[in-house]
Amino acid sequence: MKEWIYELKTTFSANQVLTELADRYSYSFDGSFGEYLPDAVVQVKTKEEVVHVMKMANRYKVPVTPRGQGTCLSGGPLPVKGGIVLDTSQWPANIKVIPDDLIAVVSPGVLTASINQEVEKFGLMYPPDPSSAHVSTIGGNLAENSGGPRGLKYGVTKDYVIGLELVTPEGEIIKTGGRTIKNVTGFDLTKLVIGSEGTLGVIIEATLKLVPKPPAMQTLMAVFDEVELSGRAISKTLTSGILPSKMEFMDQASIQAVENYKPSGLPVDAAALLMIELDGHPEAIKAEAVQVEKIMKELGAKDIVVPKKEEAAAKIWQARKQVSPAIAKIKPTKVSEDATVPRSKIAEMMEKLELIKEKYNIELIVFGHAGDGNLHPNIMCDKRDEDEMIRVEQAVGEIFQAAVDLGGTLSGEHGIGTMKAPFMEQELGSAGLDMMKRIKDSWDPNGIMNPGKMFPERGQKLVLRHE
Amino acid sequence: MNDLKALQEKLQYDKTFDCVQCGYCLPACPTYETMEKETHSPRGRINLVKMAAEGKASLEDLEEPIEKCLGCMACTTVCPTNVQYGAILEGVKETLEDNKEKTKRSEKTEEFLFRSFFPSSRWMNRLGNATWLYQATGLQKVARSLRLTAMSPLHLGEFEKVIPSQPSPFVRKKRMQRVEPEGTPAAKIAFFTGCVMDSVFFEINQQTIELMKRSGAEVILPEHQTCCGALHAHSGKVGLSKELAMENIKAFEDENIDYIVNNAGGCGARLIEYNHLFEEGTEWHRRAKAFTEKVKDISEVLVKLDGLKFSAPVEKLVTYQPSCHMTNVQRVTKPPRQLIEQVPGVKLREMNNPDFCCGSAGVYNIVNYDDSMEILNKKMEAVNKTNPEVIVTTNPGCLLQMKLGVEREGKSGEVQALHLVELLMEAFPRPKSSIGKGSVCDLGIGK
Ligand SMILES: Cc1cc2nc3c(=O)[nH]c(=O)nc-3n(C[C@H](O)[C@H](O)[C@H](O)COP(=O)(O)OP(=O)(O)OC[C@H]3O[C@@H](n4cnc5c(N)ncnc54)[C@H](O)[C@@H]3O)c2cc1C
Ligand code: SF4
Ligand code: SF4
Repeated sequence: MKEWIYELKTTFSANQVLTELADRYSYSFDGSFGEYLPDAVVQVKTKEEVVHVMKMANRYKVPVTPRGQGTCLSGGPLPVKGGIVLDTSQWPANIKVIPDDLIAVVSPGVLTASINQEVEKFGLMYPPDPSSAHVSTIGGNLAENSGGPRGLKYGVTKDYVIGLELVTPEGEIIKTGGRTIKNVTGFDLTKLVIGSEGTLGVIIEATLKLVPKPPAMQTLMAVFDEVELSGRAISKTLTSGILPSKMEFMDQASIQAVENYKPSGLPVDAAALLMIELDGHPEAIKAEAVQVEKIMKELGAKDIVVPKKEEAAAKIWQARKQVSPAIAKIKPTKVSEDATVPRSKIAEMMEKLELIKEKYNIELIVFGHAGDGNLHPNIMCDKRDEDEMIRVEQAVGEIFQAAVDLGGTLSGEHGIGTMKAPFMEQELGSAGLDMMKRIKDSWDPNGIMNPGKMFPERGQKLVLRHE
Repeated sequence: MNDLKALQEKLQYDKTFDCVQCGYCLPACPTYETMEKETHSPRGRINLVKMAAEGKASLEDLEEPIEKCLGCMACTTVCPTNVQYGAILEGVKETLEDNKEKTKRSEKTEEFLFRSFFPSSRWMNRLGNATWLYQATGLQKVARSLRLTAMSPLHLGEFEKVIPSQPSPFVRKKRMQRVEPEGTPAAKIAFFTGCVMDSVFFEINQQTIELMKRSGAEVILPEHQTCCGALHAHSGKVGLSKELAMENIKAFEDENIDYIVNNAGGCGARLIEYNHLFEEGTEWHRRAKAFTEKVKDISEVLVKLDGLKFSAPVEKLVTYQPSCHMTNVQRVTKPPRQLIEQVPGVKLREMNNPDFCCGSAGVYNIVNYDDSMEILNKKMEAVNKTNPEVIVTTNPGCLLQMKLGVEREGKSGEVQALHLVELLMEAFPRPKSSIGKGSVCDLGIGK
């Protein structure tokens, strides 16, 4: 037994340190590609335990990879260099709501959806809404800076964090930010840590900002014969003085996939669908709904549905939720990208995607959060088909290039991890990437904190193939 | 290499690729919640099967995680990509079973249990008889006071306390094989009695027949029916399980039957999937399909017949513990609740997270006693919050487990655990068509 494992076993209770092969394999994957065996899994439940593990790991120079519920789509929690997987998902959930300050203080293993359940009791809302909110931990959301459909109006995770408590790679507890909305004391380390994918330390507590829950909502669905028209309808709406809470896009392939999977009454001959949600004061959204309907008509929507009942609206959003599973029926492997472009470039990006699809002869399906330019081009393939996977790898590279060329970014919400590391320089330039690397090195002098992520190794390429 | 190929086939390797490792099943899995590690989650288990199929892990590595799975199928209900976890689970169990080196003795006992005991109505009747004898002669009291049963490693003592009193062999023998309603039958029903139901809960079976009769149906009990085979399949004896299925398909192959009705969620789940056991296009697949299309839970058929009128109120606060196999395999969730709400006086109060397994899961509570009790504790927490007078279930395993739960909480005086059928009978149901004609208790059933 390695000396450090022995030390772990003697300091922690037996069921907190897992070293059996079955257990190690169970923490070797996430929602993306590849599996990497850790040497041990430590299930931490207190701040002191995290400090202990980090101090020890730093002493022995053993890699540590934090993990929430392993739903990451970019390889963040994969222990690519072995060592320790630090599982925070079993940390007892603690959500302290302070309604007068409009904040909540939470422990890292809390499921994001349960934060909302809790704050709703006070008439409040925590807006970030990744579709995995009912499974993923707030720690994972913070580390990935997750977002969802509501990002259009409300922003993403980073817009709702005002303070963090963190254990550094050297095992020190630091606090960033605080409990006030305004805070200009020193560098904004809070924002640096959010989205750092577990490479700068372990988040052990977060102070989140809340907003009053909007009293009413209204859904609309517009049907288009041309993708181009739907793109223009998005821009027009957003420049008309209305800010919907959600604005989602589905292309024909995804509409058809949903109808084949769980028929929801979507028009299968439509080229594109827009699903829109307005929220706010009942009177205000009534007026806004009329206005949005008018815009959609003017721009050539061939049909507009404005459900009166909550169930009918829920059905529309349910259909949107089915896209992801529905397309999985086309082929077994899903390469899920989330390249994001400025809103005005959506139509152009759609065209480029169409070309890439033809060029590489791949099943490419596009849906996503059109209102904020965050598209989800998904490639459906079969990872047992070597030939196809090579084409997919090339196509992914081109999708990223297209997004960057249009002034966009590699990833809107899923993160870099292992999957997109090879493309970092493309977007940031070598000086930009080097500056990030220098920050990382000074936080983590021994390079033990989630190594192998974000920063590409020399010559690293995207590989989706099996072995 | 060839070995690996064969192993992959057995382990349903191809099916593991349907899992995209999204983790949506984690919050639904009872063992992930109580055992607190991914190894005991659906996603973890599927991944381990995949690792074993690729030769990266051994079959021994799989054993514990698979053994600790309840088979409750809650994961399949929430899975967005419809992973066929049931088929994967059965595949591993069979592989593990074949792989196991057994001592002669244990093999013999198992052989007896699964080949002769569960399928044989003679033996099940004998168990019924034996328990009856045991209770009636006062042996039970002696055993309890000496704490004999408490020493058994299988914790049979715990279960013994909650087994209901058994009717005499005479009553069992007297049962009629065909029951006709007054007037023209609204439907012809073949009743699947189930091994455990028909032995330990014989009385509930009688009540079930009575309810169908009062609803206006003709009920027959096909003589050559046998065990549904669920327990066999869950312990890896897939071949045996298939043989039993064929016997049942034969026994119920009567064109005049409208429904094949059962009152045990676990059996129903097996019966309704008989067609999966045969290759599509074959004769047996066709016959199985004809069978499964008629399979209904008692609650479904009672709602459908809509022939009961309840004549006495039951002023009780009820909570409903759905059987996992009813919810996740048969997908029957509304009819039991509809029936409960039809009973005058009853107030139904739903517990938090009702679809969370109670931990009974076939013979899980006997084989994995401690793990089962942890799950039961969680369940009882939710039950207690509703402060019920009655817990209603629709499966013998759940019923025993809920009785055990009540007993463990020391509430046996205050809280009853009942099968749905028992609750309905308490309200003195009469045929809608002949209200006022009297003579409803002609079989002498009912409390
Ligand atoms: C079906 C599906 C839908 C999804 N939808 C969305 C979506 O709409 N929007 C979106 O943004 N994402 C989405 N995701 C991606 C994923 O759910 C998010 O990235 C989520 O935040 C991950 O949370 P987790 O708890 O699973 O973390 P993990 O996957 O376990 O870890 C993610 C990263 O966080 C780090 N980490 C975890 N906990 C800590 C901690 N306490 N301190 C420091 N670092 C930590 C890990 O090292 C890793 O790098 C989706 C994923 C799936 C499978
Ligand atoms: S929900 Fe289904 S696809 Fe997702 S991890 Fe669980 S079994 Fe796999
Ligand atoms: S069958 Fe039940 S216990 Fe087994 S993995 Fe699925 S949810 Fe968990």
